[in-house]
Amino acid sequence: MTQLALVIDLNTCVGCSACVTSCKEWNTSGEAGPMTDMMPYGEDPTGTFFNRVQTFEVGTYPNTQTVHFPKSCLHCEEPPCVPVCPTGASYKREEDGIVLVDYDKCIGCKYCSWACPYGAREIDEKQKVMKKCTLCVDRIYDQTLPEPERKPACVLACPADARIFGDVHDPQSEVSVLIREQGGYALMPEWGTKPANHYLPRRKMEMHIHADELERADNPLSKEDLKIDDKDITSVDGFGGW
Amino acid sequence: MHPAFSVIFLTTLIGTGQGLFLALFTGQLYSLAQLVPLQDSETFYAHGSALALAFLIAGLIASFFHLGRPERAWRSATKWRTSWLAREVIVLPAAMGLIALYGAAHYLSFTKPLFTISGVLPVDLTLLIGLAATGATFALFVCTGMIYASIRFIREWATPLTIFNFTFMGGASGVVLATLFAQIEAPEFVNLFGFWAIILTIAALVTRSISLWRNAHGTPKSTVQSAIGVRHPKIVQTATGAMGGSFNTKEFRSGSSAKRICQAKWSFMALVFFAPLALLGLALTSASPFIAWLLVALAFGTQLAGLLIERWTFFADATHPQNLYYQSM
Repeated sequence: MTQLALVIDLNTCVGCSACVTSCKEWNTSGEAGPMTDMMPYGEDPTGTFFNRVQTFEVGTYPNTQTVHFPKSCLHCEEPPCVPVCPTGASYKREEDGIVLVDYDKCIGCKYCSWACPYGAREIDEKQKVMKKCTLCVDRIYDQTLPEPERKPACVLACPADARIFGDVHDPQSEVSVLIREQGGYALMPEWGTKPANHYLPRRKMEMHIHADELERADNPLSKEDLKIDDKDITSVDGFGGW
Repeated sequence: MHPAFSVIFLTTLIGTGQGLFLALFTGQLYSLAQLVPLQDSETFYAHGSALALAFLIAGLIASFFHLGRPERAWRSATKWRTSWLAREVIVLPAAMGLIALYGAAHYLSFTKPLFTISGVLPVDLTLLIGLAATGATFALFVCTGMIYASIRFIREWATPLTIFNFTFMGGASGVVLATLFAQIEAPEFVNLFGFWAIILTIAALVTRSISLWRNAHGTPKSTVQSAIGVRHPKIVQTATGAMGGSFNTKEFRSGSSAKRICQAKWSFMALVFFAPLALLGLALTSASPFIAWLLVALAFGTQLAGLLIERWTFFADATHPQNLYYQSM
């Protein structure tokens, strides 16, 4: 069985919000749209977003880390928002595990948003129905798009390659390998919702420079024990002797 | 959680209607057991059922204000296999229908025994419909409570106490109303209903107090550490991903200060439990029927007002783990 999901690398996310704007742009004009903004130029603007980048500061100065944290629907394998829906508008697709809302069936009772511990669902204040990340379901299967573009808009927009899209049930997929080898984890594992989206932790990057890297231990000249007095020799390009 | 007035009125009003019907049917059972004289079917049971139905209809109307798309409300019965909300959507009209039938059967005096059990217990149509309506009424209490109790990560709600609270508080206010009604229509029932009103109010006081204590103690399962998966004792949110507010910053917060919520708790403790208990006690010992009626009317009004505050607090006091992602505003 397939379970499409995103892997988000917190180590490379720079918090630029390109995923937020590209998500809004694609989805507001696509099948999931419009994603209404209320009073966008007013004092108290509000609107519907499928994806938001939040920022957390970890630690006490001077030992602090800024963690940019993109959050969208996690497409849980045990989605608590689906069984509570009284109309069946909220559902999880058998074929690829994407959790979707049927806007024609939703009655806007907000019960699913209460049942989501992650706050991934937002009501559209104009259409009065519940909306959430569709994993760009109207993009990823679009045969008219070139194959490399059949990915969620947020993944394509990320300049840091912090968002990776794939099937987390396929053990050889890029996302599965990343989760397995880079310590991918799920949010709020205590509720047993089994989020399909995973996050890769911040990793402290340290540069180790060994002496042989500076001295070039594999220098063929030193290997062959050639002693060259380079003052009198013309270099390969012919300029050394000038 | 944000206290929505539609849901506050829905849950309190249907609770009163359910309690009133249960009182009426209990009265019929007492009459059947010949503990209380038989009442006139039309004035007591039919009018009483109509009053109960009026409360249930008012609650149902209030519930529509909670929906973004009320014109599609008919769809909400489809997923009864998994959703307690869908179950309530089915059980509420079912209970209303059965209570209406119960009232109609009494109104049309279908009280001729259909058969007799063991030669001593005459069973008529009203008794059969009443039994079914009682089942539906209790099922409705369970459905209403489970809508909240089944959301396991809202710690304040996810307990069987939620169902007991809804049942006892709805029942109490309905039986107080039944006492008031009996003072006009059937004085023989006043002491019986008054007694049950006190019992149910005390039961509600016990379970609600336990749930208040429970909610004030214990720690939430989710923390900001588990929410973002970073193991560090000090994590401060600096941006929520929204310049202004969003659905997430409004729907899951009460919008009131902790002090206000605390005041609401003391207010409803006084209005739902202590004042009605004192007023009912005075009414049952009062010699003048008029003063007794005034006291019960006051008890009913105070308790219903208190229940609206109680239900407001029920929502305002509930904390949702999604707020961990929306801490700095």
